[in-house]
Amino acid sequence: MSASELTPPAANDWDPEALDTDEMILQMGPQHPATHGVLRVELRTDGEVVNAARPHIGYLHRCFEKHCENVDYPGVMPYADRMDYVAAMGNTLGFALAVEKLAGIEVSPYVNTVRVIMAELQRIASHCVAVGTYTMDIGAFTPFLHLLRDREKVLDLFEWTCGARLLYNYNWVGGVSHDLPDGFGRAARDLLREFDAITIPELIDLIIGNKIFIKRLAGVGVCSPELGISYDLTGPNLRGSGIPRDLRKDAPYCGYESYDFEVALGEGRFGPLGSCFDRNWVRVVEMRESSRILHQALDRLEKMERTDVHEKVPKRVKVPKGEVYFRSEAPRGQLGYYVVSDGKANPYRVKVKSPCFTAMSVFHHLARGMMIADIVALIGSLDIVLGEIDR
Amino acid sequence: MEPKAIHEKLIGEFGDKVLSVDLEAASPFAVVATEAIADVASFCKDDPDLAFDNLMCLSGVDYPGEDPPRMEVVYHLLSYTHHHTFALKVHTPRENPAVPTVEGIWGVANFHERECWDMFGIAFTGHSDLRRILLPDDWEGFPLRKDWEDPEYYNGMHVKPTEQMAERALAGEQIGVGPFDFDPPNAHVEKE
Repeated sequence: MSASELTPPAANDWDPEALDTDEMILQMGPQHPATHGVLRVELRTDGEVVNAARPHIGYLHRCFEKHCENVDYPGVMPYADRMDYVAAMGNTLGFALAVEKLAGIEVSPYVNTVRVIMAELQRIASHCVAVGTYTMDIGAFTPFLHLLRDREKVLDLFEWTCGARLLYNYNWVGGVSHDLPDGFGRAARDLLREFDAITIPELIDLIIGNKIFIKRLAGVGVCSPELGISYDLTGPNLRGSGIPRDLRKDAPYCGYESYDFEVALGEGRFGPLGSCFDRNWVRVVEMRESSRILHQALDRLEKMERTDVHEKVPKRVKVPKGEVYFRSEAPRGQLGYYVVSDGKANPYRVKVKSPCFTAMSVFHHLARGMMIADIVALIGSLDIVLGEIDR
Repeated sequence: MEPKAIHEKLIGEFGDKVLSVDLEAASPFAVVATEAIADVASFCKDDPDLAFDNLMCLSGVDYPGEDPPRMEVVYHLLSYTHHHTFALKVHTPRENPAVPTVEGIWGVANFHERECWDMFGIAFTGHSDLRRILLPDDWEGFPLRKDWEDPEYYNGMHVKPTEQMAERALAGEQIGVGPFDFDPPNAHVEKE
């Protein structure tokens, strides 16, 4: 075919009315880098506007609850670690406390203080990842590296204490696996001094107080308090909507009632209350408050008499027949364990209420009417970890 | 409110629909007639003294050993206004279990009930979107039931490699991949 035989280009009779304006279904994920794992979101879009969004989860389902029925109580711990792999200390702490409540085990104040130290260090590390990856989601790469650097220091402390950097198996039923090493207090104080003096101001300068960050997020993904409560949003996500609910204050465990700290709250300073910005603001303030708790706990530890951390660890965990629902404040929100025991060595049933799972259930409400680019900002601000959603 | 007062309030409103109660448990609960759960839940949320505006957790539990064999759905409630908690339970038979949905009362129940359906096969009547949530859509059976047995095959893949299989293979038996014998993927490699 020669060039002359080709159809000549049509005249510019482009008619905007005749455009095909159907809705388009867009599959975001499961390998999308901004979904923090393997989450698939089905978006029904009209141009750039999302008319409806439907999350599809379960790509990382590992039968945690079924595994629990086939191992004994201490055997659950390593599995619990692997749910929220970014904040593993919080998972095992919740399960240990649930079983202790059911079995009537009281641990010593020393163990409680050690647990608080570990939980708060983990909260700092987890929020570092949350805020760091979030900035990467919305297009700033450098803060991510800064925050991962600071998280590494916390992980070094964990490694020094129990040998593991991510999945610790540290909290046991009735105690913890390793006592704090000699010099831990000093190293932790060094870390905190650096954290208070450098990381937090740097974080505020670089990200939270950054005009671009504020303009980008202050009006995006607004969640009203009523919606948050109805969909069981918890932790920083709910506090971002201005509701002062923190289990460390409301239903204290591990002696949290004796520490002096503030509940971080979203203020809606730059836009409507409960936006993506507020949720991140809460995380940053929470890191500072965690540091306050840690200072007090380390002070207390110095004056405290060391007890054997294995003192109350039973040789064989005997749990009487019964059931308990125990919730604790994990870095991502209220982590609830519903444990049913029939008096045997294995739990009869373990159900986990994961804060990320419930945060995902409100997603379709928040996403409606958003731009596609804001979906990424919304997912990141809810701070989900797919390991915990899918369990 | 204390669990005892909550229970009395429920008795006062629903009478014999509240079947039994355990106030000594670590998390006190009341057992409610299955057909009444939506009304009880709605009352729990709207009554100003109870004000259970949050559903913390919804779990299914399977009790095949009880007489009669039953499944339970447990609702853990929390009031953000009054800071009290309580649990409701409903019983349902193991054959064709069905419970009215509470999705319209607490939004989060949508996901929890889907998970419960996924794992236990408890149908929530009136649920807007009762699909599997964690397991694949073509999964068969309900794994958290106590009589669950792992399937041997899933979509033509052998998913249950067992010690017996290893023994059979060592004994020289040709074990196929799935119900059909496919050519091994490395067929081009010369056999010795």
